[in-house]
Amino acid sequence: MPEPTSTKKISFRKIIRRESGFLVLTVLLGLFPFVMNLITGSGLNDGITKYWQGQLIAFFIMAVLAMSYDLLIGYAGILSFGHAAFFGGGAYTMALLLTHWGPTFASRYRITIPGGTDITTLIIFIASLLASAVVALLIGALFSATSARLKGAYFAMLTLALAEAIHILAKATDFVQWTGADEGLHGVPIPAWLNPTQFRLRFYFIALAFLVISYFVIRRFTNSPTGRVIVATRENEDRMRMIGYNPATYRTITFLTASLFAGLAGAMYSLWNMSATPSMTSAVTTVNMLIMVILGGMGTLIGPIIGAGLMQTLSQFLYNFFGARWPLVFGLIFIFIVLFFPYGIVGTWRLKQPDLKAGWERFRRLLGSKPPEQQ
Amino acid sequence: MNAFTTNQSPQPLLSVENIQTFIGQFHILEGVSLTVPANSITVMLGRNGAGKTTTLKSILGLTPPREGRVVFDGMEIQGKRAFNIANLGIGYVPENRAIFRQLSVMENLKLAERKRGDLEQHADFIFDLFPDLKRLYKLPGNHLSGGQQQMLAVARALVPDNKLLLIDEPSEGLAPILIQQMMEAIRKLSATTTVLLVEQNFIMASQLAQRYTIIDDGKSVHSGLMQDLAQNEELVHEYLGASVRTAKSGGEQ
Repeated sequence: MPEPTSTKKISFRKIIRRESGFLVLTVLLGLFPFVMNLITGSGLNDGITKYWQGQLIAFFIMAVLAMSYDLLIGYAGILSFGHAAFFGGGAYTMALLLTHWGPTFASRYRITIPGGTDITTLIIFIASLLASAVVALLIGALFSATSARLKGAYFAMLTLALAEAIHILAKATDFVQWTGADEGLHGVPIPAWLNPTQFRLRFYFIALAFLVISYFVIRRFTNSPTGRVIVATRENEDRMRMIGYNPATYRTITFLTASLFAGLAGAMYSLWNMSATPSMTSAVTTVNMLIMVILGGMGTLIGPIIGAGLMQTLSQFLYNFFGARWPLVFGLIFIFIVLFFPYGIVGTWRLKQPDLKAGWERFRRLLGSKPPEQQ
Repeated sequence: MNAFTTNQSPQPLLSVENIQTFIGQFHILEGVSLTVPANSITVMLGRNGAGKTTTLKSILGLTPPREGRVVFDGMEIQGKRAFNIANLGIGYVPENRAIFRQLSVMENLKLAERKRGDLEQHADFIFDLFPDLKRLYKLPGNHLSGGQQQMLAVARALVPDNKLLLIDEPSEGLAPILIQQMMEAIRKLSATTTVLLVEQNFIMASQLAQRYTIIDDGKSVHSGLMQDLAQNEELVHEYLGASVRTAKSGGEQ
């Protein structure tokens, strides 16, 4: 009989071993504000500690966005140029509801739990978050349905066109009283207890939790039988048809999952900035995501997180050194990374890992610290 | 074996009636008919490019026929979509080792499940046919040799309860010892399923199959019992001349 083929028994020890890299990163990020606080002496909620927390919050949110993009281009091999539409859709839904619906609702109803605590803003927040997810899913379904029969460049062009349509909608002066058109929505009245300026540390941990939960959910998805089907479909659609799978179904599932996480990231981003602007739906946003995913390594999930982190921190450093010309330097760095790490940082690392391991083994044998061992 | 000597059973598992298939603007199949009685091995013979693979693909709907009928298990299936046809219980083993290289042996097999537990149910049978796969169970597909990939491709078609297996050139490019193993495996699995085989190796085909259909230039030109064909040297030479010679010289090496 074969080994148990299903993953019914998920032992925590196994998960911890397999995800050790990500868990170490999480712990380090969790400790970061306190370490910063110790080193610089600036308070947890002000000065340089606060500033870098802000940078990392943006990184956490962008990392989720990059992961969702990786699901499409890395795992499913669907080169969509419309990812900003999901992100912007989630962001605008959150901002619109909090600006136009939240205050009206709060003025009419007051929801309390038995203890007497007022949870009206919490309800508004949760409802808006759910609505963002639903809108992102609807946009995802629209993308998936309209592009189902297209391949390659035609598909990429259609996704770009759909995203541009949403970009134009966001900028349209017809809806200026709701969306603010070119200006976008600013000063979104987000719940006071979530205010990222006032409660920076709290928002930091919420954003970190958002990243960690998203990572594990997406990881669970890619490791699931459905995830394997998606990888196999990327490799060869016809072979999947032969064994009885409809590739279109799995394409739709991937699109919906990716748009869901991108939409949630958008909602988080609009909370963080207390705004939603047309630039969030623009092609530039998609290109930035693409850079993050390629930098880190397509189809690795952890790669896009690292890519997002690099882009977020590097752009900040480069801005400090080179001012407005920083994209030029970043572009050069990007070219060199693509030349020397063609599969991205994580992808190339995984490819070279056996060599490094073997080299380390040879080194230890040379030192005689370990008897030769045949694998 | 008695079932095959009574020439045509009233209801064959698969019957293909005069199908015409185009690929792009090219008229590839110009009238292929064949019947596959249940619980037997039927082999399609013919020169390279005669249309044997296209016939298999037309049955499965990967290259849907423009005209003609394909009746499987009493149901007309031409015009249905490939994955729906496969789900009716047709397993396809294409030529060129069509496995998923980025997935492990286990994942490749697991993928072919149509209902939960298919693999557990058939694992003993599969590992009995191909003991190598048990040893390689967790390796990724791209670590397998050509022969092992071919075995995995056949094994994958055995995971669900398929009524019919379409197997395209299972011996192609295999070492002689592996050809023997593959023949043995196909013989064993034909005890429980029906097989439609494409095979260039005439010796292998004649030892395995009970029935044959010869395809030539996109048309089916002859069919009948294998034992009759083996005695009809004229026919063999007319349509399979080249491939018989290569099969024989291959066998002598």
